[in-house]
Amino acid sequence: MTTTGTVHSATEAAGAQGVNGGAHLRIPGLDVDPFAISFFEDPHPTHEVLREAGPVVHLDKWNVYAVARYAEVHAVLNDPQTFCSSRGVGLSDFAKEKPWRPPSLILEADPPAHTRTRAVLNKVLSPAVMKQIRDRFAAAAEAKVDELLAKGSFDAVTDLAEAYPLSVFPDAVGLKQEGREHLLPYAGLVFNAFGPPNELRQNAIERSAPHQAYVQEQCQRDNLAPGGFGACIHARVDSGDITAAEAPMLVRSLLSAGIDTTVNGLGAAIYCLARYPEEFARLRSDPSLARNAFEEAVRYESPVQTFFRTTTKDVEISGYHVGEGEKILMFLGAANRDPRRWVDPERYDITRKTSGHVGFGSGIHMCVGQLVARLEGEVMLAALSRKVASIQITGEVKRRFNNTLRGLDSLPITLTPA
Amino acid sequence: MPSITFIHPDSRAESVDAKDGDSAMYTALLHGIDGIVGECGGGAVCATCHVYVDGDWMGKLSPVGDDEDELLEGVAAERLPNSRLSCQIKITPELDGLVLRLPERQV
Ligand code: HEM
Ligand code: FES
Repeated sequence: MTTTGTVHSATEAAGAQGVNGGAHLRIPGLDVDPFAISFFEDPHPTHEVLREAGPVVHLDKWNVYAVARYAEVHAVLNDPQTFCSSRGVGLSDFAKEKPWRPPSLILEADPPAHTRTRAVLNKVLSPAVMKQIRDRFAAAAEAKVDELLAKGSFDAVTDLAEAYPLSVFPDAVGLKQEGREHLLPYAGLVFNAFGPPNELRQNAIERSAPHQAYVQEQCQRDNLAPGGFGACIHARVDSGDITAAEAPMLVRSLLSAGIDTTVNGLGAAIYCLARYPEEFARLRSDPSLARNAFEEAVRYESPVQTFFRTTTKDVEISGYHVGEGEKILMFLGAANRDPRRWVDPERYDITRKTSGHVGFGSGIHMCVGQLVARLEGEVMLAALSRKVASIQITGEVKRRFNNTLRGLDSLPITLTPA
Repeated sequence: MPSITFIHPDSRAESVDAKDGDSAMYTALLHGIDGIVGECGGGAVCATCHVYVDGDWMGKLSPVGDDEDELLEGVAAERLPNSRLSCQIKITPELDGLVLRLPERQV
């Protein structure tokens, strides 16, 4: 297996021949494994190979099509009739294989079923709700930065990127104290399971039973504190929007997607600000840039790197033909650095106009928790910008490997107080 | 091309040409109008594309939907009777001359 990949034409790929104005367009086949450890070490050169090879490519190793340019990723995300989610947003096709867990009622659903569950979570996580939780999240961020400044040197992954969301999100959902140590492993499992049947996925699923049991239990109405997101979801049963059987499944969505994602989002932001001190200096001189500095980190690092769709019919993508029932892999991270869309894409620029990046997806499935993520990111970066003079990386930076999530395992840093 | 005017809180006015079918939010971003953030890219999630519709124009827009109404409850600046989310305003030839006032803050 190569990291940068070699391009050849995908003759072995069924349905890989395209017709465009009478000319057959061959979808280039690439010998790239975007779920290999060597790829995760540094995906960017290979992302470029994928973008440059063509608007659609075929990945021979896993027999899937893939899009890595912004335009095609955005187009696939915004055409859910043609590119469905109900057959799974991982490599596994639910029409052919039994899902490893009961499918999500929102992420792995199409309209009209999706429309109904989405409306519920939209309300539970609305801008108005964010106004209510904002002060609490901001105070916790201030306290966390004070605590870390007192320490001076620490690991920004465990002590900050993990510790902060864990100090606010489970309480906001209304979870009990006991058993919270299952949350990160469960999320790691969920995001590994979107990948191909490689070691990461197999190991995660083999060890999944205790984490699944914990999550299933916590999603029940009796285990969720009043006033939290979980209780608000269950309250929608009483108003008839969802059934009593659906509510726990929607709480599960928050536990699957609500923590590890923000851990990696915050980790990305700290890593960016530590690597680009001039950007941290700009943030210090104008803390109101905190929210955009976080957003730009989500574009730049794309903590959620990939999702799949499945074609519901024969389709042309930018002139290339793809048959029905094919998996399409969307490289969100590659789209977010596509020079066709972004000026100076390799630059972390906290004043960039980030609207339109696909780090939270786009279209009907665009992250329903994006306001929670931005709130956590904004208040944490704002606290750092006011209290901290400099962020120094003081040890070996280690990457964490997951089939979907991109982030660090260890980021030793030292903070100097302002 | 319909022309839309955005008026900043400091009364500065910027007029731009809009494309039929685009949203007012997208038009603003395309022309680099500060004061419209559009964090969710028009997905009706974020409420950071808030505008106050000027004068009689409110009556010429399609009515506020239920989802939009809920989102408007969460806007950062004060919600007024003429508050709209600009991503939900679709440009049509009849909207030539539309005037939208920008709020003090979006987040
Ligand atoms: C930086 C943090 C986050 C990132 C990068 C992120 C990324 C994403 C992406 C890319 C999608 C689109 C999936 C698709 O199109 O198939 C998505 C959907 C989703 N996210 Fe997030 N997310 C984050 C935080 C959160 C949080 C905090 C929550 C919960 C509070 C959450 C809950 C969800 C749910 C439930 C969906 C499914 C929405 C649907 O299918 O309609 N996410 N997220
Ligand atoms: S752009 Fe997010 S609601 Fe209008």
